[in-house]
Amino acid sequence: MAKVIEGLYYSNEHEWVKVDGNIAYIGVSDHAQDALGDLVYADCGAADTVVSAGDAVAVLESVKAASDVYTPVSGTVIKVNSELCDEPEKINADPYGCWLFAIEMSDSSELDGLMSAEAYDAFCKQ
Amino acid sequence: MSEPKKTPLCAEHEALGGKMVDFCGWYLPVQYPTGIIAEHNATRNEATVFDVSHMGEILVEGEGAYDFVQGLVTNDIAKINTGRAVYSPLCYENGTCVDDLIVYPWENGNIFIVVNAANDDKDYEWIASHAPAGIKVTHVSHLWGQIALQGPGAAEIMTKIGLDSANKLKFFGAGKYQLLGAECLISKTGYTGSGGFEIYMPADKAVEVWRLLLENGAKPAGLGARDTLRFEACLPLYGHEISDEITPLEANLGIFVKPDKGEFIGREALLNAPARKQIGLEFLGRGVARKDFKVFANGVEVGYVTTGSPSPSTGKNLALALISADTPDDAAFTIEVRGKQEPAAVIPTPFYKKAK
Repeated sequence: MAKVIEGLYYSNEHEWVKVDGNIAYIGVSDHAQDALGDLVYADCGAADTVVSAGDAVAVLESVKAASDVYTPVSGTVIKVNSELCDEPEKINADPYGCWLFAIEMSDSSELDGLMSAEAYDAFCKQ
Repeated sequence: MSEPKKTPLCAEHEALGGKMVDFCGWYLPVQYPTGIIAEHNATRNEATVFDVSHMGEILVEGEGAYDFVQGLVTNDIAKINTGRAVYSPLCYENGTCVDDLIVYPWENGNIFIVVNAANDDKDYEWIASHAPAGIKVTHVSHLWGQIALQGPGAAEIMTKIGLDSANKLKFFGAGKYQLLGAECLISKTGYTGSGGFEIYMPADKAVEVWRLLLENGAKPAGLGARDTLRFEACLPLYGHEISDEITPLEANLGIFVKPDKGEFIGREALLNAPARKQIGLEFLGRGVARKDFKVFANGVEVGYVTTGSPSPSTGKNLALALISADTPDDAAFTIEVRGKQEPAAVIPTPFYKKAK
């Protein structure tokens, strides 16, 4: 069963958002890493880019497929987790411990449109 | 879309936690909880079992079956008279591929043909439509289960289950063996490059054979590993390396085209030198070079990737590409990945070769 962590926001594209002040850390859910399978490549995007909610920021590739990671919130990418480029398999092992990129939010009310852990868990079971 | 078909082993895969997908109209596991890379490595280093019951089977019966099949396929099937299976492309008049298949000797001079699941109905219709009077072509896919036991540990498992005699088969050797009270067709063949056997059993015996192999040490492996394994060994996949737009000569399968054996469908077209060639590339850029990504030589588009994947056995990122035949191997190759030109270099194929 895919794990869901309390206290995070979730998108219907299976990203999670961890909020620290005005900074949003974004990663992919356990459900997403399981669906992707063994990851072999991670491109976590570029810092200092201005993005809108729904933009593709990062790319994850498994043995079988490439998958875009979208930002659920708008703002400026302030840092990317480039360590994951060399060890994308860490995301399989610990999806909630691996943020891909961090965004300084321009409109934190966008978080209201995301799911709670409970709602996301139900969403995955649909 | 209709519901995907289920092999006799479907419930076994689900019980093992297989991640089930629709593959060519069949409900099959792309991987088990172990994952593609672990299943790949288990095949290279130990022994694994793959459910390949989705493969199609066609029986050709009657006086002249041998000559009829010889006139359909590009390879010379003479070796079936010595108890060997024969791999061959099956071509259209223009030399492109209907499919690739394995021809097995059967009782009374009849012939058993194993084809790809994706092409099962098309192949049956193609073969049946060319059959002369007196030749009976029967589609028997539903009667057969098939399990591939692959890897260096396969022989030991065959001994454990009382089939040491099958270990004496030569590469591509085939025969009938009793297993669990059923007559099975067994050949020393496979689609992984790691050696092993393919076992064909009556469909209602598949579960028992599957469980027996697992009990004796084989690990289950899914379609994902099957693809990375065959890719490293540079074994073609229909729809990728070969298709109805690609000839076997272009796909580096010239050794399976034998114009000297006499007439066969596609022979005339296959006498001409191919306009394209297959090459192996090591992808040196970022990401993974995947099917249909464009390939450039010295900045000029020369072809496309037919299969690209990380290669667990070599640790490299590799691709097979179909490019213009006149492209020099020492050109500066690039592959377009998400709009960017990323470097690649020609390397020898197959990418993986089993130690002798």
